[in-house]
Amino acid sequence: METSTLLTTDQVASFVARGFLTLEAVVPEAINARAMEQLPGLFRGWLDEFTGVAPGASDGELLSQRPPRSGTTLHDAYAADSPFGAMVRVPAVAGAIRSLVGDRPVVDHHFVHIKTAGDLHAQGLHCDAIIDEGLAFDIQLFWFPHDVAPGEGGTRFVPGSHLRRVNMDDVARYQHLSGEQYFTGPAGTVVIFHQGLWHAGAPNHGTKDRVMGKLRLNPTQPQLRLWDTSDLAARNRGDDHMFARMEPGSVAAALRRSEPWYEPSTHRLETVQRARLWRHLTGDDGFDVDWYLTRTERRAALSTP
Amino acid sequence: MSVRQQVLMLWLASPSLEAHVLGWSFFDGTSGTGPQPATDPPYPTGVAALVDGWRLLQMSPMIPPTSGHEREPSFLKHEFVFERLID
Repeated sequence: METSTLLTTDQVASFVARGFLTLEAVVPEAINARAMEQLPGLFRGWLDEFTGVAPGASDGELLSQRPPRSGTTLHDAYAADSPFGAMVRVPAVAGAIRSLVGDRPVVDHHFVHIKTAGDLHAQGLHCDAIIDEGLAFDIQLFWFPHDVAPGEGGTRFVPGSHLRRVNMDDVARYQHLSGEQYFTGPAGTVVIFHQGLWHAGAPNHGTKDRVMGKLRLNPTQPQLRLWDTSDLAARNRGDDHMFARMEPGSVAAALRRSEPWYEPSTHRLETVQRARLWRHLTGDDGFDVDWYLTRTERRAALSTP
Repeated sequence: MSVRQQVLMLWLASPSLEAHVLGWSFFDGTSGTGPQPATDPPYPTGVAALVDGWRLLQMSPMIPPTSGHEREPSFLKHEFVFERLID
């Protein structure tokens, strides 16, 4: 918003390949402390409204904390001194938002997720909302305003799952996937998810409630070269091929990365999906990884009547 | 207590039971009183589960990709379902 630090090409390429980006301990302690005071109340307010015990008209404090309506411009959605308003104005966070969804995204919704101490329920794996089409994407900010140690309810998530076409909890069957992660990290860490990333609430074996603020943002402009692209041209080759010539530092090298839970055959299809998304983000229709798109496009051009 | 079923699901790296395990789930009809998986993953391959006495119930059919969607990844492809009966 006021000031921001744009993401690098490496960070955006990693986001495209893995579906998440971690901004470790970027939110200052004072904002985290405010969040720990107020976010649980926001959750209780939602719970009351959901269960029909809506806050009374005279309850000014609760009314002032009611969430913004879906579609509200992020800049107008939160007071600068509110927890979410202060968090999205942190330069590193503001820069990441701007780099991924532009400078005028709108709020889809926010929610406060509380995993109480001793709650050992393991939520089924899922992606939020419904099955999605197209290349444009939303982002979801997962803000942990306090330290989360292993086993203390840090969100479970599956790197590289964001481009698989599934609907909501149709993936709940998967209890263990190689390479999955459970968030751990210091207070003030914000993990940004691609909308499609598989995740789940995890058991909290700790002695403190785990609090997490989640904010989903929709882009309102083409997501075209929004990050710091000063180093992009030299690294954006379309002929980087693992069985021919590979260039150290190329974007293709980042997008070629596999995940431990990928079938080798599907890994190649993931590479194709990432290359398509990278073309969308850069406007470079000649970009490719391992020649998968190029060879088929050239053949198709030959066979078109 | 009657005979109860434990179900082990393995997702493998290829359609072969000899392929290595990418993911797994365990559903326990004994509510924890029967033998439990001891390692993560419980077996390195599908064949290793057979060797340990699990019976194969089902494996993913080999379905040709849907035309126009050949390159879209979705669920894990190579799912194997095993059972073990506990008396």
